[in-house]
Amino acid sequence: MASDSNANVPPSTDEFVKGLWRENPVFVQVLGMCPTLAVSNTARNALAMGLATMVVLVMSNAVISAIRNLIPKQVRIASFILVIASFVTVVEYLIQAISLELHKALGAFISLIVVNCIILGRAEAFASKNRLLPSVLDGLGMGLGFTFALFCLGAVREVVGSGTLFGVAAFPGAYQEWVIMILPAGGFFTLAGWLLLFNHLEARRAARATTGATP
Amino acid sequence: MYGALVGIGAICGLLIVSAFVLTEPTIERKKAEALERAIFEVLPGTASSAHFRLRTDGRFERTDLSQPGEPLVHPAYDVSGELIGLALEAQAMGYADTIRILYGYSIESEAIVGVKVLESKETPGLGDRIETDAAFRENFRALDARLAEGGKALAHPIRTVKHGEKASSWEIDGITGATISSQAVGRALDASAASWLPDVRRRLADFRRME
Repeated sequence: MASDSNANVPPSTDEFVKGLWRENPVFVQVLGMCPTLAVSNTARNALAMGLATMVVLVMSNAVISAIRNLIPKQVRIASFILVIASFVTVVEYLIQAISLELHKALGAFISLIVVNCIILGRAEAFASKNRLLPSVLDGLGMGLGFTFALFCLGAVREVVGSGTLFGVAAFPGAYQEWVIMILPAGGFFTLAGWLLLFNHLEARRAARATTGATP
Repeated sequence: MYGALVGIGAICGLLIVSAFVLTEPTIERKKAEALERAIFEVLPGTASSAHFRLRTDGRFERTDLSQPGEPLVHPAYDVSGELIGLALEAQAMGYADTIRILYGYSIESEAIVGVKVLESKETPGLGDRIETDAAFRENFRALDARLAEGGKALAHPIRTVKHGEKASSWEIDGITGATISSQAVGRALDASAASWLPDVRRRLADFRRME
């Protein structure tokens, strides 16, 4: 998906933009489902998880792209994982230093960024084949796209499931929370809803493109 | 091939160690601050606090937070340096994982006057209501923790009862939908109070006045 991207369009902006929407890691590639479903119960957790993943993604993309010619092909996956795991550990310490509360809320899912398939996927599919700058932009775009998707889920689940957004009451007066929405099942419901919406928009765009091309 | 792997491994190791060394002082400081805030929260009226450990000879001795994992009690003092109570830690197995709580024990009223959950992985929206449910928190305004005659055990074991069935001042009104979590809080408080309070009351003089 990355090899065809530097033909006509200026590569830099496209590397960045594609992750936001057209190749959104969650809504289009359907990658990284474990954190998407597990840590999107509140908008704040979703944003923090997305940003933490983005930091790891950018850093690991940068390093892997920089040393891509030094890594022997047979051990590339092991090397990628080593780099990714190191950055995850660093990020975990940083989050703890920034806010213990946040660290408590994200729990084990910070460590699990290591096995987030978006990160290894971008390392293998993009960073190991491209120069430093495009790889960083790719990481930024994919990271932001992931954060955006997590936020979409987190905001809906928090508003419906707890009646709040970022901890602030979202409805005037009393609201009967749909507790199921902040439980795992609610994650699936919300994800299904967003996927439906995204596929619908995509199908409409495709339909319009074909009718436009053949008048 | 081996060279590349070893090289990457060494650099990654270095990276992790430097991140740890750089962030550790901040993390330790934040943890100490969080504990301080928690003590103030569970013992209203606290102006300053200290940390004591129980020595093997049964006396309490002032210490600091340098030895993590050591069970500590945290006496709290008012503005004039008078001992008003102690903050103690309790833990019990909840629904998801161990629930760790800090509670304030008031010397004067011989009751638990505040509870704060330090660590829990209870289900959001259900089990975590032990932290957010206002009615449940109301239980810890004055939860009876008097000692029995002789001061060897609690006069009444602290326990969580079904929601709406609280009849005595040592019972905790549970949460419907968070039965296991609210019972865990009761068990944690009971176990910790039963093991600490006899020692604490016997050696109250060890904590008297902030020097």
